[in-house]
Amino acid sequence: MTEKVPFELVTPERVVFAEEADMIVVPGGDGDFGVLPGHAPLLSTVRPGTVEVYEGDRVTMRIFVSGGFAEVADGRCAVLADEAVPASEIDRADAEGRLNRAHEAHREAAPESPEHRQAVDELRAAEAMVAAAK
Amino acid sequence: MPNLKDLRIRIATVKSTQKITSAMKMVAASKLRRAQAAAEAARPYADRMERMLGALTASLPTVEGAPALLAGSGGDRSHLIVPITADRGLCGGSNSSIVRAVRRHVIALQESGKSVSLLCVGRKGRDALKRDYESLILDTLEDVTKTGAGFEAAHDIGRRLCAMFEAGEFDVCTVFFNTFKSVISQAVTARQVIPLPAPEGADDADDAAGNGGSKALYILEPSEEEILEALLPRNVSVQMFRALAESYASEQGARMTAMDNATRNAGEMIDDLTLTYNRTRQAAITKELIEIISGAEAV
Repeated sequence: MTEKVPFELVTPERVVFAEEADMIVVPGGDGDFGVLPGHAPLLSTVRPGTVEVYEGDRVTMRIFVSGGFAEVADGRCAVLADEAVPASEIDRADAEGRLNRAHEAHREAAPESPEHRQAVDELRAAEAMVAAAK
Repeated sequence: MPNLKDLRIRIATVKSTQKITSAMKMVAASKLRRAQAAAEAARPYADRMERMLGALTASLPTVEGAPALLAGSGGDRSHLIVPITADRGLCGGSNSSIVRAVRRHVIALQESGKSVSLLCVGRKGRDALKRDYESLILDTLEDVTKTGAGFEAAHDIGRRLCAMFEAGEFDVCTVFFNTFKSVISQAVTARQVIPLPAPEGADDADDAAGNGGSKALYILEPSEEEILEALLPRNVSVQMFRALAESYASEQGARMTAMDNATRNAGEMIDDLTLTYNRTRQAAITKELIEIISGAEAV
């Protein structure tokens, strides 16, 4: 198994990670999915979580994403994240602070309002960030 | 004959102006470098998003049933124009060319009986447009690109546009901004962001399938509608971000050129003034000498 998948993780502001990997596990909107060489073309939404990059059987890189889209085409895999931070660079206290703020915003927002929806998204993202920091 | 003291003061004034303009040029140059790097870093994301959207919309069987952001609200009555200008002046004609283009567009739309509203980004555009169209301006966003074009700011604008669209406040949204071509040239660009215009070359989709391979049949998770529903508002934000980044780079480029010219003009002026100053000084000396000599001769 020498074949590899070129993998790219980009945010609107920069390319966070671009390397070849044996397998990438992406938290898709309908559940996690792994991308191996020769994967069929796929478009998927991404939910807040951690993207894992595999080298052989080992996870070499874990990157927190707050949501976005994933595309697999022509043997390449690309994740378009709204926000992405390598798990090793997450500051635990920062992440927890964000979670607390998200909880607060969630409590304050009126149900069914656009703010409420936004607060729910932010809450999920913050939860995933704290989980990724562990 | 100009007074020597006045000339000295004048030269000192022009010199201090030159110092300011050359400092502004340096600042603009370093900001421009950063802006260009940022714009470059943002390109992969925008390119991929475009590809994904292209693939998705190409596989849509009909426009019917597509989300409104793509298909439009069915009307063409009310237009929202978003002019993106700088918050500060002294950057050549970049702000006024946006304002001129917007004004033309507004007049054309009003003549064909459409209703127009404006959402200004940047103080300079607001100030110029307020004179004629104060009643049309819904709001002005200031200091959006104070520290460079950030995606968060663009996303806020994008969300706001989508919310307004959903509330039926407008049918078509067009963004006016400067595209950065080079330091000395920026082009005014008008881009329709809502509803999303059909991708260029959509008609020859069959050709693309042959050579691009990007028309591969995708597995879609969760479903086409859901992806589009998430992707389209996102795309509005990305388009806004691109517009902000381009216009920020243009602003810095235009300012750099303008300040470079100003510095050069100041230099020329100093040379001229110095020449006049020296001539005047020599003339004064000669005059004094003549007075002394003729005084001595008279004795």
